[in-house]
Amino acid sequence: MQIIKDNQITNDAWEYVPDDAELGDGDMTISLSRLQQEGKEILNRTGKLGVRIVPSDSIEEIADFLPDLALVDLYFSEPNDGRLFSHAWLLRNRHHYTDEIRATGHFLPDQVFYLSRVGVNSFCPESADYLSATLAGLKDFSVNYQPSVN
Amino acid sequence: MYQYNEIDQKLVDERVAQFRRQTERFLKGELSEDQFRPLRLRNGLYIQTHAPMLRIAGPYGLLNTNQFRMLAHIARKYDKGYCHFTTRQNIQFNWPKLEEVPDILSDLATVQMHAIQTSGNCMRNTTSDHLAGVCVDEIEDPRPYCEIIRQWTTLHPEFDYLPRKFKIAVSGALHDRAATQLHDIGVHIVKNEAGELGFRILVGGGLGRTPVIGQVIKPYLERKYLLSYLEAILRIYNLYGRRDNKYKARIKILVKETGMEEFSRQVEEEWQHTKDTLILTDERINAIKAHFSPPPYDKNAGADTNFAPNLNENPAFATWYKHNTADHKIAGYRAVFLSLKAPDVAPGDMTDTQLDAVADLADRYTFSQIRVTHRQNLVFADVKQADLFTLWQQLDQLRLATPNIGTVTDMICCPGLDFCSLANAGSIGIAKEINQALDDMDYIHDIGELKINMSGCMNGCAHQSVGHIGILGVDKKGTEWYQLTLGGSSDNEAALGERLGPAVAKNEVTKAITTILDVYVKQRLEEESFLDMVKRVGIEPFKDKVYANH
Repeated sequence: MQIIKDNQITNDAWEYVPDDAELGDGDMTISLSRLQQEGKEILNRTGKLGVRIVPSDSIEEIADFLPDLALVDLYFSEPNDGRLFSHAWLLRNRHHYTDEIRATGHFLPDQVFYLSRVGVNSFCPESADYLSATLAGLKDFSVNYQPSVN
Repeated sequence: MYQYNEIDQKLVDERVAQFRRQTERFLKGELSEDQFRPLRLRNGLYIQTHAPMLRIAGPYGLLNTNQFRMLAHIARKYDKGYCHFTTRQNIQFNWPKLEEVPDILSDLATVQMHAIQTSGNCMRNTTSDHLAGVCVDEIEDPRPYCEIIRQWTTLHPEFDYLPRKFKIAVSGALHDRAATQLHDIGVHIVKNEAGELGFRILVGGGLGRTPVIGQVIKPYLERKYLLSYLEAILRIYNLYGRRDNKYKARIKILVKETGMEEFSRQVEEEWQHTKDTLILTDERINAIKAHFSPPPYDKNAGADTNFAPNLNENPAFATWYKHNTADHKIAGYRAVFLSLKAPDVAPGDMTDTQLDAVADLADRYTFSQIRVTHRQNLVFADVKQADLFTLWQQLDQLRLATPNIGTVTDMICCPGLDFCSLANAGSIGIAKEINQALDDMDYIHDIGELKINMSGCMNGCAHQSVGHIGILGVDKKGTEWYQLTLGGSSDNEAALGERLGPAVAKNEVTKAITTILDVYVKQRLEEESFLDMVKRVGIEPFKDKVYANH
């Protein structure tokens, strides 16, 4: 699958594993509730681990796990839930998370400039048709009025 | 006033280009209506009953004459020859074509104007006192802080998808002319005991379906913390404001449901993390203040001798002077109100000819700047008293000198059912009918200060709940009815009006209003204002008469 990471279209092998499916090897993301239930033991496997955050989750709840997570996936169930923008900002600014933060789900290319400013560095649009628009959206503005992460 | 630098201009130009691409994608079917809606709303574009409506930002109500001429141009080229000024100091066009909106925005950008964040669930135009910088009761000019907030809110990457719309108002005077207690955040410039300038911050005010008066969250905030404190409030709201029900999504509901004490604690805790990372420096404040230096006033303006004879010899001029001008901090100057409430005109509307003519007058008489008021009128802030008589004559010819500022015919009125897709009932027609019934200027002046606010639905765009008399249009099984409230106020002692009784039918509204006025005239004490009388006697005497035959 192709995504945009650090301003480039690139191939990607991360997979989201639903709560009722078995977690195999490889680079996998799981839900916050699964991460909390299984605890740090879930780290004893082959492959990287990521967590999927939905708007109603609290970033505080993954704080202890952050050093072991290679990816935080911000999942948009619909484009207009702005909590994910604050979650990204908190991850970068408050928790100093430096690994990958990825937007997934139903966000629009028109939102990726803002997302990149609050610290999201990879984008997996809901359709591969949006890849080029998403890449272009990162350059919608060349100036800004206020500090953020970027 | 603030002049764009290269960064400001680039930002607005890039926004126009972005919206042009978005409109093209929508017209080609690449964006669905649901996907396009939040994008167009953030550029001021609504789809209304008859046509799209475009709302253009009037930053804290301050415009220059080139911008006015541009509004005239847009009214002529893209609309039906007029525009509408709103209670939030913005400008609306009711008849643009969707495919032409990018061109309109492109034209606006050439005079440093835009429609960014004039709608949608984001931070809106920052509003302020229309007498900022010239009024006699000012602690400090609020406009530089408005501009600082304007820039901070514009394209804020974290807070553009809030639970609901978010409005900030700033006042720098003792008398609150910006209705700050009725905004999501109200900012008052104050001095502490040491005489240092800072801000009192209010939160959780708002009108609409559930009107609430804002409460003080920070009695004194040092100037340098203005933006970090606003950021803390916005982050708490963005994270915890309700998103499950749009009628419960404003910050006022969050504050109410969380409790003010707990909400303040959350904001304080958040603020402690960031207060020192987003410092508003004196250097920055001074750089913005430099844009608002006083104009070159004539030191001898007070020495003029023509003004007094005109005032004595011309009663019509004297009446206009009394009602449509206000004190100015510089001797020999007055602030002049242009009434957009002529009897047969929709409140707040202006034609392209009037816009152009007003721009010419402002170039001549008031340093080329025009302000829009919260009550949908205009202000020339710096007029020499020697020019008042001539200016009055010219405004009179333009039908902008109706001497009714602050009176019962200076109504705030939303576009209502005639234009708005949300409305349940008409408002412009009722306003005209009330205006026609109250055609005796002496009677109107005898009634004195009385604010009627009328909205065509409970979204309350015309702030009916804080009108001295509020009129709210409601739908009852497909017919238009009107609920009346008395005793509301958006002034220092803000209050929500009390409901008079059952809604009245459309053809009975004007009669109800004239009845209320008659009760006031007959039962008032000497010098007692309408609002004071309502406070003293309550609504019963009014209710008895209005519903006497029911």
